[in-house]
Amino acid sequence: MTMTAAQTTASDTARRPARRPKQEPLDYAGRLWMKALLAVTFLLLYVPIFMLVAFSFNDSKRNVVWQGFTFKYYRVAWENAGLVEAFTNSIAIAVLTTIFATVLGTMIALMLWRFRFPFKAPYEGFMALPIVIPEICMGVALLAFFARIGWPSDLIWPLNLSQITISHIAFAFPFVAVVVRSRMSGFNRELEEASKDLGATEWQTFWKVIFPFMKPGVIAGALLAFTLSLDDFVITFFTSGPDTVTFPVKVYSLVRRGVSPDINAASTVLIVITIVATVLAMRLQAPDKTEGR
Amino acid sequence: MNEPIISIKNVSKRFGSSVTAVDNVTFDIKANEFFALLGPSGCGKTTLLRMIAGLETPTEGQIILDGRDMLEIPPNKRPVNMVFQSYAVFPHMSVEDNVAYGLRVTGVPSEETATRVVDALEMVKLSQLSKRMPNQLSGGQRQRVALARALVKRPKVLLLDEPLSALDAKLREAMQLELSNLQRKVGITFIIVTHDQDEALSMADRIAVMDTGHISQIATPAALYESPVSRFVADFIGKVNLLDGKITGTEGSSVVVDVAKLGRITVPYQGKASGNVAIAIRPEKVSLSPEPPGAGRISAEGKIAAWAYYGDVSHMYVDTKDGLRLSVNLQNATRQTVHGLDIGHKVWLSWAPEDVIVLAE
Repeated sequence: MTMTAAQTTASDTARRPARRPKQEPLDYAGRLWMKALLAVTFLLLYVPIFMLVAFSFNDSKRNVVWQGFTFKYYRVAWENAGLVEAFTNSIAIAVLTTIFATVLGTMIALMLWRFRFPFKAPYEGFMALPIVIPEICMGVALLAFFARIGWPSDLIWPLNLSQITISHIAFAFPFVAVVVRSRMSGFNRELEEASKDLGATEWQTFWKVIFPFMKPGVIAGALLAFTLSLDDFVITFFTSGPDTVTFPVKVYSLVRRGVSPDINAASTVLIVITIVATVLAMRLQAPDKTEGR
Repeated sequence: MNEPIISIKNVSKRFGSSVTAVDNVTFDIKANEFFALLGPSGCGKTTLLRMIAGLETPTEGQIILDGRDMLEIPPNKRPVNMVFQSYAVFPHMSVEDNVAYGLRVTGVPSEETATRVVDALEMVKLSQLSKRMPNQLSGGQRQRVALARALVKRPKVLLLDEPLSALDAKLREAMQLELSNLQRKVGITFIIVTHDQDEALSMADRIAVMDTGHISQIATPAALYESPVSRFVADFIGKVNLLDGKITGTEGSSVVVDVAKLGRITVPYQGKASGNVAIAIRPEKVSLSPEPPGAGRISAEGKIAAWAYYGDVSHMYVDTKDGLRLSVNLQNATRQTVHGLDIGHKVWLSWAPEDVIVLAE
């Protein structure tokens, strides 16, 4: 049977709506170049870390060839007194830094959110300076500062960590302030007014209405301060003495004599701690579903 | 007459040096009154309400609440409570905890708090939802929480800041009725701020119309509508035909007004105005007829220029021979009312002299 031209066109037109485009306009995931880009990104980002973790379970003194699975080097790391001491120092510094930086940063965020005062804009800028200033500059500056004022370096533990702790607080609190400040910008001021209108004092209003709203930001800021302090190398390197070695500094000095699996093991522990803290921070920082207004 | 519960005396509020939100306002609000502050946005009505609540401090003047000067008294110590425009329901507390908040922070014993919260939730019909969180509530329900939370404090005065503006039309109408009933039931003074004249007219006992920081008129809804004292009030409340005129003489208790493009009319007037005036006629007071009306009515001949049909009423716009455009509200009282009326149709307009409002310029 032969079809006339008119018939062909008509049936084509009828069929056309059923033919869908292969991709939605923004559905880039289906495109080859996008997949390749994603693959390269993940490769560059995570293969080294994955290798580090994998080889921490490698039953070999040299970190080159896979010889078999073992937890041995976790024990070796645990028995390395220097490494454990450095780890303890790092944790102690991180905990102290977190407490002080969180309180300080939260207070600054509140002040910037709540009050009007002269030179507020420049203050806000200067407060955030440690976020952008190169760490090496800050490290050198802090070293010079502590040397100039003659800060005692022969104190007993944990006071001998005070230089590093103060330095860590100095660069961590702006991060807390920025996180809490941005959280508070979503706060409906009428909530505060409603609280006072209902008879609450300023103090009650803060703890019962403002703080519950602020809390996710504070926790996220605290975890950020914790991870920043835990893995800081540059600033710590400048402010640590021979008796106050932190984990990153210790690893650096050990690695110069070759990477041994026990360093891999200890690093893996640090990675796990950091990842857990970061995931928690992201969870708490995610925009919550409860309406603040 | 009742003692005033609130006296506003020469109150002004200036922000910075250039913005005057409220300008030397003086008036009283009586106990158990449903009082509305009505005006366009930016007229200072919300600022005035916030000064009563203590959330703003007057730049000048006094606010006397229940016999006490409120100047030094912070918001948490004032016997007033507010329903905020955003409702400001605490998002991290259940309905119950929201309502109990004001009692707990002021140390009301817990058994008393419990019974008062139950009563308040009952009153706003939220008993079923007491355990819900605010994000599980609709806008109307959240507003009820805000209402219950304020009323549970048993304030002397309840302040409502644009309480219905965020609700859809049907719900708003239902809430208007409910708020009036609630006010009668609890018997406390309500002060509502609104830009919606229907809201104010339908709910309030008295309305203060505000314009750029001043009170233009305080009156009952009917007085405000039928006897506005200024062009602004006449124009702001309802629809109106405003015509320019000039008083040229008096006849007993009436005045003779020369109205531009309409001619000389004689209307009853007791006021003191002379010279240039505005005359106002409400569209629903004007009637349409195919033939010239009888004597004793003010009339004009014209053609229908445009019209809009609303179901219950029709809005007609009629151009008179002399080039005046008047709007007329026609009640569609029978199914035949608008038959034959069409653009270009010739009609006679007429209204009673006593329906004319003379406004001093």
